[in-house]
Amino acid sequence: MSNAIVVRDLTKRYGTVEALRGVSFSVAEGEVFGLLGPNGAGKTTTVEILEGYRDRDGGDAVVLGYDPGAAPRELRERIGVVLQQSELSPLLTVREMHQLFAGYYERPRDVDEIIGLVGLGEKRDARVKTLSGGQKRRLDLGVALVGDPDLVFLDEPTTGFDPAARRAAWEMIRSLRSLGTTILLTTHYLDEAQQLADRVAVLRDGLIVRQGTPAELIGDSRITEIRYRRDGELVVVESADPTRELHELTSTALREGFELEQLEVRRATLEDVYLELVDETEAAE
Amino acid sequence: MLVHQLRFEQKLFWRSREAAVFVFVFPLLLYALLGSVYGDDIEGMPAVDVLLAGLFGYGAANTAFGGLAIILVGRRESGVLKRLRSTPLAPAAYLAAVLLSTLVTFGLQAAGLLLLGGLAFDASMPANWLGFAGAIVLGVACFAGLGLGAAALIRSAEGVSAVVNVVILPMAFLSGSFGPRRDFPPVLQAIADVLPLTYFLDVVDGVYLDGDSLFADPTALAVVLAWGAAGLVVALRWFGWMPRER
Repeated sequence: MSNAIVVRDLTKRYGTVEALRGVSFSVAEGEVFGLLGPNGAGKTTTVEILEGYRDRDGGDAVVLGYDPGAAPRELRERIGVVLQQSELSPLLTVREMHQLFAGYYERPRDVDEIIGLVGLGEKRDARVKTLSGGQKRRLDLGVALVGDPDLVFLDEPTTGFDPAARRAAWEMIRSLRSLGTTILLTTHYLDEAQQLADRVAVLRDGLIVRQGTPAELIGDSRITEIRYRRDGELVVVESADPTRELHELTSTALREGFELEQLEVRRATLEDVYLELVDETEAAE
Repeated sequence: MLVHQLRFEQKLFWRSREAAVFVFVFPLLLYALLGSVYGDDIEGMPAVDVLLAGLFGYGAANTAFGGLAIILVGRRESGVLKRLRSTPLAPAAYLAAVLLSTLVTFGLQAAGLLLLGGLAFDASMPANWLGFAGAIVLGVACFAGLGLGAAALIRSAEGVSAVVNVVILPMAFLSGSFGPRRDFPPVLQAIADVLPLTYFLDVVDGVYLDGDSLFADPTALAVVLAWGAAGLVVALRWFGWMPRER
């Protein structure tokens, strides 16, 4: 399988701030790739370089075979973009907005089909200004898909959604994936990355600190958590050597005759791994 | 692509009540008011004719300079321009559509002024129709150039309306859009002598009242075009598609 995106040693600085300090990753065709990281880690900068909005200071980037720095028309013809913050003209209707964008592409998809796909069928003739936040986000997705892109960039597509809307958006992204569309997704929601992404890269301070499938990332972590209550008080032990730790703990409990109430041994979730990885940053802030 | 965008630009313009009222209706309204209160003649010309020419000039500045700057700054700061930039729509085609839409709007406004003048005040029709049509294009070329320049320099969507009005209203007054300026003190005359609208009105008076050719006063024509070109140079140097960082 060939790669839709290849990024090598990408660097970018804003004044004295080094936003990206050598980021490398690749995204295979048809893959959903998640860029995960706290605010300010460099997710949006990375995506906006690949979308052609920002110039890189150093490194290589190839998107669908093109240099995104030049952002030729051929490339723009084949990508769909959902920006982190964007607004579309409030005065057009949902259908008109899709028609407007469809007119920019050589081979657009059927407008009504896309409106149905993003779940705005009932709002087809409603003006954009009357839509809720979640509906506007779906409109963003709809106009990103109307050109029938091979690659879609989703910059925090579900930020601000309620849980139900988030699940609906996930379903949409999954159906997109099943059509073979490559997706580069940024998010600071771990469950979102775990649910959607085939592979994940964790960004911190402009560097990728870990990369792999969600399962690999979790497998990488050596931390196991042992929790119990003693005299009603919760005790949490994090251990890199859980067998020994647990053995010693239960031995002591048996010897001294106390009960380890609600004893629980838990392997790390992606969230634990993530927090472990970004902890330094958070502490520094 | 151009026609597609132009159609949507016009749809957007007429749906936006603020733009349609402020940009389109305002000059017509002022003409109706001033035409009703001024006496029979100004400097030997029928007052309703002089005012029609004056408000035609004001309308050009209001529509092409004010309207365009407001549209572009609003779209840039809300991220609409940024979003368009990642589509295959060429920036040049987009701007061309926006400018053509401005031309259509101002053309309709000019027709509205003639209609209002003819029906309500028995004002004269253009002595040189072709020259008058040329003046519509010239006005948009000059003031849209300045509008693009202003859009490049104004970074706040909230402030743009105020800024363009602070520029347009005094300019229109000083240039004689709202009535004769022969009694102005010399200082104001001197200011008026560098304003693009002053020279644009000279050209408009020529084609509309005197039946001159559009090119009868090369100096005035050159000053008008130079102002437009200056605005364009500023725009080419400083106009960006990305919103201010928040």
